[in-house]
Amino acid sequence: MRTTITVNGEARSLDLDPRTTLLDALREHLKLTGAKKGCDHGQCGACTVLVNGVRINACLSLAVMHDGDEVISIEGVGTPDRLHPVQVAFLNQDAFQCGYCTPGQICSTLGLLAELEAGHPSQETAPGAKPEFTGDEIRERMSGNICRCSAYPQIVAAIRQAAEQMA
Amino acid sequence: MKPFTYERAESPAAAAKAAALTKGARFIAGGTNLLDLMKLEIEQPTHLIDVGRLPMAAIAPTPEGGLTIGAAATNTAVAAHADVRARYPVLSQAILAGGSPQLRNKASVGGNLLQRTRCAYFYDASKPCNKRAPGSGCGALEGLNRNAAIFGASQACIATHTSDMAVALAALNARVETISPSGDTRSIPLTDLHRLPGDMPHVETVLVPGELITAVTLPPPPVGGQAYRKVRDRASYAGGLASVAVAGGDLALGMVALKPWRAAGAERALRAGASPAEAMAAELEGASPRGRNDFKIPLVARLATAAIHEANGRGA
Ligand SMILES: Cc1cc2nc3c(=O)[nH]c(=O)nc-3n(C[C@H](O)[C@H](O)[C@H](O)COP(=O)(O)OP(=O)(O)OC[C@H]3O[C@@H](n4cnc5c(N)ncnc54)[C@H](O)[C@@H]3O)c2cc1C
Ligand code: SF4
Ligand code: FES
Ligand code: FES
Repeated sequence: MRTTITVNGEARSLDLDPRTTLLDALREHLKLTGAKKGCDHGQCGACTVLVNGVRINACLSLAVMHDGDEVISIEGVGTPDRLHPVQVAFLNQDAFQCGYCTPGQICSTLGLLAELEAGHPSQETAPGAKPEFTGDEIRERMSGNICRCSAYPQIVAAIRQAAEQMA
Repeated sequence: MKPFTYERAESPAAAAKAAALTKGARFIAGGTNLLDLMKLEIEQPTHLIDVGRLPMAAIAPTPEGGLTIGAAATNTAVAAHADVRARYPVLSQAILAGGSPQLRNKASVGGNLLQRTRCAYFYDASKPCNKRAPGSGCGALEGLNRNAAIFGASQACIATHTSDMAVALAALNARVETISPSGDTRSIPLTDLHRLPGDMPHVETVLVPGELITAVTLPPPPVGGQAYRKVRDRASYAGGLASVAVAGGDLALGMVALKPWRAAGAERALRAGASPAEAMAAELEGASPRGRNDFKIPLVARLATAAIHEANGRGA
């Protein structure tokens, strides 16, 4: 099935079996292997990408459902010589060990910052209140990204640093 | 995954019509439950009708002073909506207690209501399950059934419905709006949408084949406070063991039955002047735990009592 998705700013036209997930379209068809397949069932967050600016699990979505959408994967966030502030912060804070979850953590951070900016509540937000940028809020909002190496304290520190730098 | 064909529906009416045309056709909205199950070949649709982009994602006030929420609205959009947060906080809180941000960004109102049980035996195709394979037996009955229902179960199925959102909607007296392949529309009380298992646990709702949920309608918010509480094995990103939604004098329990469970006995007792603890004791007299899930009785009693006090504190 013919599907056109703008991936990291470039329109890509693919002829896909409808069974192809967005994650497999990125990894197997476009050879963008940054987004990882940890569980393939929405349970780990390693496949997190931004679709029209919103973070989702690419493993639980069909590519054909994204015809016409704009997708940003880790490859579109920054490059080795032009790192995004969130990537710099992850390096500075040593926010990973093996790095397997990191592309998902970074894309998820970008989604989190946009959601906070838009005032979206989480279960840590007091009823009716505007969410604040606290450690509890960051941990709750990043709970969809599992880190098997347990770099969580450093990931929270990196998100704090990135938010300060981007403010 | 088994092969299937795919189409994007043009309108709600066309989607319902298309669903009746192809045997084995299914709607897909966010895909977060259906694709999970298709990968395991527990769901094997022959044709997918994508309803995720239909113009039924609006959240708008009703002339009666309530709110209508389109079935394609994302869980995130509903939880963050200013009217929902201000007037139906229990709904926002319930949604935010479920899944992860990534899942809620994708999950729709319609799909959330029709998510299937997370019973481990339903998910394991090597085990008997009357819901997945009618007549094969129930693996959970004598198995690891710590999360089993305490209300409304049968010998055929003891699973629970695991939606958080639906528990709040049940307490809020929501109605589910649908359109059928014939073009007929109807409005169903949310508490009538899901069926108890009886001897046909594979028939999960009162919807007819091809009937599309178009919206959920809320009456004006009740007088009094609202609260949602959920207990799970970790603080976030985990399905619940039990939950409770309080909306004024109305009360619904989650993960204790194959549908969001309106605690009518407790509501009656509260109206008659019972304390929250007494009211919950009255409700739980009707419970039938199975051993491994006995803990749900004191858990639900304490959880609901605390939530009623919390709501009363907010309503004052
Ligand atoms: C790891 C994980 C953790 C989760 N944790 C929780 C949790 O803690 N609490 C919780 O409540 N949920 C939880 N969920 C479930 C999640 O909320 C559901 O997957 C989601 O709400 C389903 O919505 P969807 O739009 O993606 O549905 P889909 O997967 O698209 O569809 C689900 C079903 O609904 C049908 N359907 C969809 N839209 C309509 C419509 N408009 N009319 C008629 N039928 C329709 C489909 O045919 C399908 O049968 C979790 C899911 C995952 C993967
Ligand atoms: S409890 Fe229900 S869903 Fe679970 S194995 Fe038994 S029949 Fe299947
Ligand atoms: S690979 Fe998508 S959530 Fe784990
Ligand atoms: S750094 Fe290894 S999984 Fe997170």
